[in-house]
Amino acid sequence: MTIKGKAFIVGAYEHPTRKAPDKSIMQLHAEAARGALADAGLSKGDVDGYFCAGDAPGMGAFSVADYMNLKLRHVDSTDTGGSSYLVHVAHAAAAIAAGQCNVALITLAGRPRSEGMATGTAARPGNPGQPEVGFEYPYGLTVANGYAMAAMRHMHEFGTTSEQLAWVKVAASHHAQYNPDAMLRDVVTVEQVLASPMVATPLHRLDCCVISDGGGALVVTREDIARTLSRPLVRVIGAGEAPKFSDGGAIDLTYTGARFSGASAFAEAGVRPADIQYASIYDSFTITVVIQLEDLGFCEKGRGGAFVADGNLISGVGRLPFNTDGGGLCNNHPANRGGMTKVIEAVRQLRGEAHPRVQVPGCTLALAHGTGGLIATRHGSATLIMERI
Amino acid sequence: MAERTYPEPVATPETGEFWQATKEGRLLLKRCRGCSRFHWYPRAVCPHCMSGETEWVEAKGEGRIYSFSVMARAEPPFAIAYVELAEGVRMMTNIVDCPLDAIRIGQAVRVRFAPTQGGGRLPVFAPG
Repeated sequence: MTIKGKAFIVGAYEHPTRKAPDKSIMQLHAEAARGALADAGLSKGDVDGYFCAGDAPGMGAFSVADYMNLKLRHVDSTDTGGSSYLVHVAHAAAAIAAGQCNVALITLAGRPRSEGMATGTAARPGNPGQPEVGFEYPYGLTVANGYAMAAMRHMHEFGTTSEQLAWVKVAASHHAQYNPDAMLRDVVTVEQVLASPMVATPLHRLDCCVISDGGGALVVTREDIARTLSRPLVRVIGAGEAPKFSDGGAIDLTYTGARFSGASAFAEAGVRPADIQYASIYDSFTITVVIQLEDLGFCEKGRGGAFVADGNLISGVGRLPFNTDGGGLCNNHPANRGGMTKVIEAVRQLRGEAHPRVQVPGCTLALAHGTGGLIATRHGSATLIMERI
Repeated sequence: MAERTYPEPVATPETGEFWQATKEGRLLLKRCRGCSRFHWYPRAVCPHCMSGETEWVEAKGEGRIYSFSVMARAEPPFAIAYVELAEGVRMMTNIVDCPLDAIRIGQAVRVRFAPTQGGGRLPVFAPG
């Protein structure tokens, strides 16, 4: 079975908050859901499928679906970290194609900023039942130094430079200046990135994404329902998912599961990387973008640094406009999970509703890609290709 | 500067022998009797062929740095790394007893055993 053309994204909503000390996580989930349903022109009673991941408190989807008092035929709480919400769109499309639901709601929310979470630099003991814990946690493994080890190896094998990585942040900042909700709206230079404090060599503070409260939601439905609504038609035409792990001790830090999830998505959609007009690329760190672009086939393996340099990711300037909301690096990384906002900005681009200064003219084909978890150990990888019809 | 302290690794029924050996200054690896391949981290079930016939083998304790990152702002600063052992597996570790700014990918390292907070020993690596 293919999901090609079986589902449409009709509602997309990014919660405007970036700091929410006075709201609960459940409240943020529900506010995001309300926003996406209003965007679609649907109501809560229309929802019969619900999708969420590990950011939702409680067992799977139960607590959050109970909070919103949803009446469901289908539920899916697949958790692949920050890439979960791209997986959810693909799973929703499959469930819709199989007749398991008609209107799928996907939500994300969290408050790591208000909770003072040291997302990138604190080692976490995990659950003692996780077999790897004793072989990773005592060494001070963190999100930042895990991605940093991938960056260090990439530099070693391919000659990638800190200046090239910095261009990813520079491009994101050029976009964020037009986003009134973005956490960091100042345009930065390569020199400013390199001058920012070193967090985990070779990654500087400005190579790292923001820590923000917030959330987002999507509504996915059948074509016949989508055509009754007033929103521009955004059709899902390709999807792939491919988690990648430590390979029994043969771990290779130079590539991600995007090599496989991207190939699956492109094959299903019947398009090539060169056809993509806009790309949302997960940007937990600058290196994440470089490696994923290579793995997705936008350039050869090892050439990602050269590809992102000199503004090639800046809308209106470069060949591949990316993360025109400012991405996780400048705009928003709600719940430490950036996959939701990746889909939302791709939908904005396809609808022609991105900020006019970053809107890709005549954008009809877009890609969104997410990496979740830790690139240096175990990560999820999910790719979506969408078209405007 | 503060001495780096290591949390006590949690031994499981699969790894008790490994952590007992580190207390005696030995680094053990698991090798599969079915497919003859080493793996990391040690498991009762081979991650390559799913055989349940895995055996402990003492590693030479030598390897080369596959990648690393220095946490210069941590207190105290430290270097996390993947070391590729002579037996072929890549294991996460720390690089110790050397200037952190002198660490390089490809550098030859040897295992040492750092004391942990609960009286155990953790395998770490140092140049030479």
